[in-house]
Amino acid sequence: MRLPGTDTVEGPDLPTKDLLVKDLLIIIPAFNEEEAIFGVILGIREALPGVPILVLDDCSQDGTLALVRASGTDVVSLPHHLGLGGLVQTGYKLAFSLGYQYVIRVDGDGQHDPRDIPLIYHQLRTSGAEMVIGCRSEDGWRTGFVRRLGIQFFRAVLRPILGRPVHDPTSGFVGVNRAALQVFAGSFPLEYPEIEALVVLQRRKFRFEEVPVRMRPRRTGRTSITAFKSLYYIVHVLLGVFVNILKYEGRPAGRQPRKK
Amino acid sequence: MERLLWWTTVISVVLILMVLTALRRAHIRVEYSVTWLIACVALFALSRSETVLGWIASRLGLGSAPAVLVMITALIFVVMFFWTCLVISRLRDDNIALAQRVAILEFHLNRLKSLSESASGNRQ
Repeated sequence: MRLPGTDTVEGPDLPTKDLLVKDLLIIIPAFNEEEAIFGVILGIREALPGVPILVLDDCSQDGTLALVRASGTDVVSLPHHLGLGGLVQTGYKLAFSLGYQYVIRVDGDGQHDPRDIPLIYHQLRTSGAEMVIGCRSEDGWRTGFVRRLGIQFFRAVLRPILGRPVHDPTSGFVGVNRAALQVFAGSFPLEYPEIEALVVLQRRKFRFEEVPVRMRPRRTGRTSITAFKSLYYIVHVLLGVFVNILKYEGRPAGRQPRKK
Repeated sequence: MERLLWWTTVISVVLILMVLTALRRAHIRVEYSVTWLIACVALFALSRSETVLGWIASRLGLGSAPAVLVMITALIFVVMFFWTCLVISRLRDDNIALAQRVAILEFHLNRLKSLSESASGNRQ
């Protein structure tokens, strides 16, 4: 019997030969993703055989946890719901304590194409950037008007703060190296973390890069982001950005020099 | 003026009784009840000392003693509310850190269990 969300993955081949699987951990934050999570895991296994996967379960109320356990994938299950930031930080903390060099986050709703993981990983290893963002192309990704407006707004807000343009600041398809992992294990925005995380890194003079990735439509369900939530998101994140600018904590000691 | 002061006295006494009842039933921790009790006793004392209110009003350049009472009451509760938010924020941070630690420890525990089970299976 085929489990829900096990659609096959299609697309052009991407570089996978240079993968050092022991260095890389894929984390999948999930909350009530029973219809998609199995397919996401299978997709990653198919695209990156042998690469360790860790599912982060935010106290799902559906069968997500049981499905992940049935798939034989490692899972960290929170005792109560923390929200995306707290969930992802749990993964970062564990990955850092286990000694991983690179962590790539893939969302549990199946919108991220696992065949793009090698692109992010390659960029992480070769560019010397502490964070690599999978940048969704606008023509292949449809979203609501208010959300799109919000993204445009944050592009404009972040440009002077980061000192360079960022095309997709709300993307959750993100890879980080160990230096960023160390920072995020200690301090990570708890709600709507993507944009604030960029500012957290920028305050430490870390770099980020963007690579174009494909965005797939949601496999199941509907997005919970309404127009009102988008407005709330804008206000919340804007405040978070300025709070992060104010609480400059300096560059962590013992950081490795950047590759040239 | 007199009626306002009496109402403030009644409210402060009710608040004191509420705090003491909550304390007796262990619904509020002693360290937090102390702050509330101090605030309520201060309100009670101010509502029963018109002279002090008049003196504060003249020092602050305010026309009337009731305005001072309202201002002080508002100030006390705004400060208490802000302080409560600080406490809640700290507790939330602690709670998140604990939940994360529990989840990570559980993860390690499960791995150790499965390792131990597979090791005992191999021995058999």
